[in-house]
Amino acid sequence: MDVEILARIQFAFTIAFHYIYPPLSIGIGLIMVIMEGLYLKTGNKQYEILTRFWLKIFAITFGIGVATGIIMEFEFGTNWAVYSKYVGDIFGSALAAEGLFAFGLESTFLGILIFGWNRVSPRVHFISAIGVFLGSMFSAVWIVVANSWQQTPAGYHIVGEGVNARAEVTDFWAMVFNPSSVDRIIHVWQGAFLAGAFMILSVHAYYLLKGRYIEISKKAFKIALSVATIVSLLQLVSGHSSADGVAENQPAKLAAMEGHYDKSAPADLYVFGWVDDETQEVTGISVPGGLSFLVHQDFQAPITGLNAFSEEDRPGQVNAVFQFYHIMISIGMFLIALTLYASFLWWKGTLFDKKWLLKIFTFSVILPQIANQVGWFAAEMGRQPWIVYGHLRTSQGFSQEVSANQIVFSLVLFTVVYSILLLLFLYSLNKKIKHGPYNEAENPEEFLKYT
Amino acid sequence: METFLGIDYPTLWYLVVGLLFSGYAILEGFDYGAGAWHLFFKKDLSRRIAINAIGPLWDANQVWLIIGGGALFAGFPVMYATMLSAMYIPFMLFLVLLVLRSSAIKFRSAEEMKWWRKSWDIIYFISNVLIAFLLGVVLGNILQGFEIHENFSYKGGIFFSFLSPYAIIVGLTTLSIFMTQGAIFLLLKTEGRLHARLTFLLKKGMVFFITSFAVTSLYTLVFIPGVTDKFKENPLFFVLPLLAFLAVANVPRLVSKKKYSNALLFSSLTMAFLLMLVAFQLYPVLLPSTIDPEYSVTIYNAASSQKSLGIMLTIVLIGAPLLAGYFLFLYKTFHGKVKLDDTSY
Repeated sequence: MDVEILARIQFAFTIAFHYIYPPLSIGIGLIMVIMEGLYLKTGNKQYEILTRFWLKIFAITFGIGVATGIIMEFEFGTNWAVYSKYVGDIFGSALAAEGLFAFGLESTFLGILIFGWNRVSPRVHFISAIGVFLGSMFSAVWIVVANSWQQTPAGYHIVGEGVNARAEVTDFWAMVFNPSSVDRIIHVWQGAFLAGAFMILSVHAYYLLKGRYIEISKKAFKIALSVATIVSLLQLVSGHSSADGVAENQPAKLAAMEGHYDKSAPADLYVFGWVDDETQEVTGISVPGGLSFLVHQDFQAPITGLNAFSEEDRPGQVNAVFQFYHIMISIGMFLIALTLYASFLWWKGTLFDKKWLLKIFTFSVILPQIANQVGWFAAEMGRQPWIVYGHLRTSQGFSQEVSANQIVFSLVLFTVVYSILLLLFLYSLNKKIKHGPYNEAENPEEFLKYT
Repeated sequence: METFLGIDYPTLWYLVVGLLFSGYAILEGFDYGAGAWHLFFKKDLSRRIAINAIGPLWDANQVWLIIGGGALFAGFPVMYATMLSAMYIPFMLFLVLLVLRSSAIKFRSAEEMKWWRKSWDIIYFISNVLIAFLLGVVLGNILQGFEIHENFSYKGGIFFSFLSPYAIIVGLTTLSIFMTQGAIFLLLKTEGRLHARLTFLLKKGMVFFITSFAVTSLYTLVFIPGVTDKFKENPLFFVLPLLAFLAVANVPRLVSKKKYSNALLFSSLTMAFLLMLVAFQLYPVLLPSTIDPEYSVTIYNAASSQKSLGIMLTIVLIGAPLLAGYFLFLYKTFHGKVKLDDTSY
């Protein structure tokens, strides 16, 4: 295999693995802050038990997120040297801001959050929790800004030619608030909230099914359900706004997402389908003119299709982009239905009576994770063949000095180490859940006396 | 070219990057150094205490690496890209070892089984030793220069060429100074028999450091081109090594008086002086080319635009005091000897 493909496989693998963890810690972080806030407000020890329990899971998740994140920071330079030189002037300032403002905040307060229970007052501990949570939110901001700039560059000009060409900042705020930044930051944050909320829903649904920790599980379940219901609805809004942006700024990507080939014709909206790139046909169930309606509020409005772009300027994997995008949407819709129904039962007062519903919640933990992953796959594969949209091709971005053997070497290393890491994560997660928030032989008050 | 206080932006950014990597070396120096002694402690409890001595701090200390890397990417993208792609293998090993090291910290004490803890202890020890060594190896390579041709294209060896004799010596020196730093830090955080053992180990560490430092100095004078010329030009090249030597000579005295914080300060100063020496030796070059000095990566041909550097200097001016505040608070909170409780690793 050639260097480009290997470099892309390695990047996809390391970023996809990394992206399991930060959304989970952002989402758990939010609910942990709510739990600790409720504890401080009400003085109810049950919230303290919940905070302590979720903090343990947060700590592991956060730790793996950091470890795998450092790799990303340096992988740009090792594998994508040409790209790094090209975007350094722009990407760099976002990354520097991330390190200083976001990572500095979260990593210093993390120590106090995890190890400081007996060393600082409850109020300072709560402030540390907020610090870590805000830090992780800021991290997402800067990273998504950098990626969004690759999707919709703004506030820059190109200097130099050939191998020495590079983008330079002309307007910092235009670069930061490039056309896709805000939509995508919100979409990513909300995806993270859902990942965390469904983790908490899953674990406490499991306890409720097993008849363990009933009282605190009901409390935690209701907090997480409130977050999940609101956010999954809001996700529809940010998703729509994000897609509108894609229609305006990256028409080739939008066309790939719906498998729309005609140069300029009304486009359908598929519920599901299969794209044949050879015949340019999509087989599936669709709302005729649906995409036109969503973008222009008119079923007859023409949408730019893939054929409006020359072969080398449009995404190569149309069906993959289509599938990833549609899986994300289907999951989003399912989560809305699930949380609305559960909220309805809560309102009726029968939320915890239906075992099958708790079972669905137990297994639903995987769904936001899948949606987050495939959403990014659609976004990144839809951007192809560009690494910086309209300016630098992915095939021009990788390190010229690096050989295929070197990448194979590091790819094997990462595969081995990440497999171990995933096993360790699942193992310790399982152990912590099985063990539970406290020893059931004792009562909760006893538990807190020892801590 | 724009200036601030009479200094041009690339030079200012060079100072920022230098400061960040010095902070990284000093803070993670005692983290990695403490880990490099790990198998020298025999009892399980001692090992647990040693890990928990850095427990609440190491994640924060690692911030310096992340900001340093970001600062290099942001300010000198050409340097970042050329160095990382040319030093592909050592950096990949470094990154994987970082992951293994943090896993060891997190998972080592999670289980009681002997085999489990032993395996993690070995992984932890080896990864700390190799991380320290590799950082020095990269530094050694930078001092020696790279086979850089026109347009910053690297044409040197790709698999094992990074392990030159000089790079190995610098790697060992780095390991030795980290181990000195680590032992002093652990003296500050421990009590009883472990403490006594560390007093003994620190002596070995200092002998290791002074020997390898002497070898590196000689080797540098004899084999690294251009060093002697610079010595004639600038008296700083005598002053800085002398200061480094005086600082490290102060350490045993302070340790025997049990003034461990001061000892840590002086071994940190040793590191700072040595890194300043490196910075002066290179300036304004970042990566010397062994083919033609014209092809070297310098702070001027590697720098981001004036506009971008200006933005980032503003970011640093706002962010640095904040970060300093967080760090003061963190270190104040975890001041004193290690006390294990149920939140410990």
